[in-house]
Amino acid sequence: MQTAYLYFPGCKLSPFLSQYDTSTRAVLDAFGIQLDDTELNCCGYPVRHQSLRASVLAAARNLAIADRMGLPVLIPCQCCYGNLKQAAYWLAQNAELCDFVNGELAAEGLRWHAGIAVRHLLSVLAEDIGIERVQARVSRPLHALPVAVHYGCHALRPGHVVQLDNPLAPTIFENLMSALGAAPVEWPLRLECCGHPVRDNNPPLAAKLMNQKCEDARAAGARILVTACTYCQMQFAGISETPGHPEQAGDLPAILVSQLLGWAMGLPDDRLGDEVQSLGALL
Amino acid sequence: MQPFILATIALGICLAGTLWRIGRWFWSDIGPESLSLPTKRRMRAARQTLWRVFSGRRLFKVVGAFQWEVLLLGHLLRRHPLRWAAHMLIGYGLLTLILFHALDDWITPLVFSDYEPTLNPFRWLRNLLGALVLMGVLATVVRHFRQAGEAFRTPGDRLLLVLIVVVVLSGVLLESARILSPAVFDAMVEDYMGDDDPEAVAALQAYWAAEFGAWRARSGTGFSGEQIKTGASIHETFCAACHDRPQSAFLSYPLSRLMKPLMAVAGDHRLNQWLWNVHFWATCLALACLPFSKLFHFIATPISIMVRAAGPAAAHPALQPVRRALALDACTHCGMCSQHCSVAPIYKVLGNPNILPAEKLKGIKRFQTHRKQSLPKATLVEGSFICTLCGRCTQWCPSGIDLQDLWQASRKDMIQSGAAPLRRRSAPPLQTALVPPAPASLGLSDRPETFWACVQCTTCTSVCPVVAVSEDPQRDLGLTPQQIMNLMRLQLKEQAMDSRMLWDCVTCYKCQEHCPQDVKVADVLYELRNEAWHRGARSDQRAANQPPHGSSF
Repeated sequence: MQTAYLYFPGCKLSPFLSQYDTSTRAVLDAFGIQLDDTELNCCGYPVRHQSLRASVLAAARNLAIADRMGLPVLIPCQCCYGNLKQAAYWLAQNAELCDFVNGELAAEGLRWHAGIAVRHLLSVLAEDIGIERVQARVSRPLHALPVAVHYGCHALRPGHVVQLDNPLAPTIFENLMSALGAAPVEWPLRLECCGHPVRDNNPPLAAKLMNQKCEDARAAGARILVTACTYCQMQFAGISETPGHPEQAGDLPAILVSQLLGWAMGLPDDRLGDEVQSLGALL
Repeated sequence: MQPFILATIALGICLAGTLWRIGRWFWSDIGPESLSLPTKRRMRAARQTLWRVFSGRRLFKVVGAFQWEVLLLGHLLRRHPLRWAAHMLIGYGLLTLILFHALDDWITPLVFSDYEPTLNPFRWLRNLLGALVLMGVLATVVRHFRQAGEAFRTPGDRLLLVLIVVVVLSGVLLESARILSPAVFDAMVEDYMGDDDPEAVAALQAYWAAEFGAWRARSGTGFSGEQIKTGASIHETFCAACHDRPQSAFLSYPLSRLMKPLMAVAGDHRLNQWLWNVHFWATCLALACLPFSKLFHFIATPISIMVRAAGPAAAHPALQPVRRALALDACTHCGMCSQHCSVAPIYKVLGNPNILPAEKLKGIKRFQTHRKQSLPKATLVEGSFICTLCGRCTQWCPSGIDLQDLWQASRKDMIQSGAAPLRRRSAPPLQTALVPPAPASLGLSDRPETFWACVQCTTCTSVCPVVAVSEDPQRDLGLTPQQIMNLMRLQLKEQAMDSRMLWDCVTCYKCQEHCPQDVKVADVLYELRNEAWHRGARSDQRAANQPPHGSSF
């Protein structure tokens, strides 16, 4: 089993969602997985709207560092994950782009080539560690808590590029939740967007997309929404990047996969974050 | 002009400039909330904060930071030994020279009761300190060239470095001239020996020429051993109490040997006076420039470091604008933030320096100065919004600046001033494009075969979540994804780019995943946005024309 990864927290974790960082570390630590904290840069996702080239160079630099260290990359954020996978895809498709990127990276003695492993936290938990091992560590089962798993978009689609699971009928997240004793509900909008990508550009649209999802999950009987992405969680939990300008939160409590898992494993609350405080009341 | 008056004027300018720059912290408005915080309230907040820090346990932290970060520059020692050495050499070299040499009439006798500038170790120390300062300047220049100029980039900063070198070198040379000068010798004889017996003076001169390197100006012939012996005893009587051998001035003495021809040509009175003038004027000029140059960071940066050390004790909301204005002065443009910036690779492609925090801070400084007259530069706005707010610059900043807060506040200012980037509703038309199509475009949208397979089945539109939440897609979005694909199939790109759908796309890739014909719908939409951005990228009005959308800020 892979026991060491290059950890790619992504830019937003430290300033806005540190509980995703601490809870991920706590959970992986419990499975004896070591995370390397070498300094990396932006995944490139935020500038994908402006420049594919800039976005690919940023992603490729991270991949090249992982290659130099001989470690697979572990990413808790789906947008970061998606962009690193997309960059590798475009680099393999386009020789001119690849030459440009490697020309830039050469200044630092780095080089991108195909085949550098990138893993999302969900894959590490469900596949690298394995559902059975996760299940074996559960000491505080979730007693059929009805959860709505929110897959997010960028780790799921385009399926042949990002390769997390079947893009039209994924099961990885539900399987993981079942292993914790939760009861994932079936809800029609589970594969839809959370709204965050248009949060700045069109806030009413972003809110509409989010509210619709929350309503749908509620109607399906879910009491909590589980996310596995930095941006999705910030969207549902209404976490603002600008002090003094609060964002609207969804009408259903949202929790991160690592928090729920950590809680079920009986890990100390202080490493998991405030969101786990309310779990006891939900059960 | 009297030297004393000149020095007083220089000092006055220095003090007034310092006060003015500190005052500016209290009336600069950075961040929208600062507009409702008048100077008085900020002053009160500063007083309250000082009181809170000095009366609380946080004081230990502040004192600790002062010792380790300010006095010893511990943060630099750990990360950049060369930078640290340059700072210590220049800083402490100049400080000691100012206190014990420039102000030697006032300060030095208080510490050393038997101080005379011509006694050792003072004579040796002066040269030593001068040499250390020069080494520090050399280290700075070397670093400047090796690192392609992070610091000391402006002409004003270079002028200041030159001034320091001029002050030190002229001081060393002035000392050389005085060692050599017959005129100085004569004046001393007149003042302290008070004996005009020519033989005794000649004997003393012989001794000084042999032992102290004074120039035998009036006697072309050599001196006898007898004369030197007599001179030695006269020296013991009249001079020795205040004069050690000048050879200890290890820079000035050897230089004085080289100076003879110059003195012969220029005349020693004129040379002495000229060197003295250069030394004095350069010192006064440097002093007057200090608050208006990068050297002001000697004052602003320590304050910033101590404010950070004060932590929650300094977290007064009314103090926030003051801290931001202080930050603009405390930044030494050392470039540490840019080295660790998460979006630095993006700068390499887009080429906008304002993406890098150290440059962005300078841009914000300019924007703040001209805020009432003009909008922020489009490049500054772009750089500000490409920043992901990861906070790493704040963690690395050796000057203790809360850069994260500065970026957040200045973004709000930019939005309020009417410049909101990325909040696009439409693409600039092709006619205004000043540049060729975006490089690194994968060329999907320009290749007809990308759309050949499209059968207009409307699957992309029916799975689109943005279309789904709209009651009237025609009104809200202009075009649906399938309509965009149709226009692209007909090579009507401009019409396709004119739709709001392009900007409301959430990039969920459902359209592409579900397309039965494998048309890369989402990738095409991305590419069209890239092109729209690229068309507008060089046009300075592009952001200005966009009214700020009701936004999350």
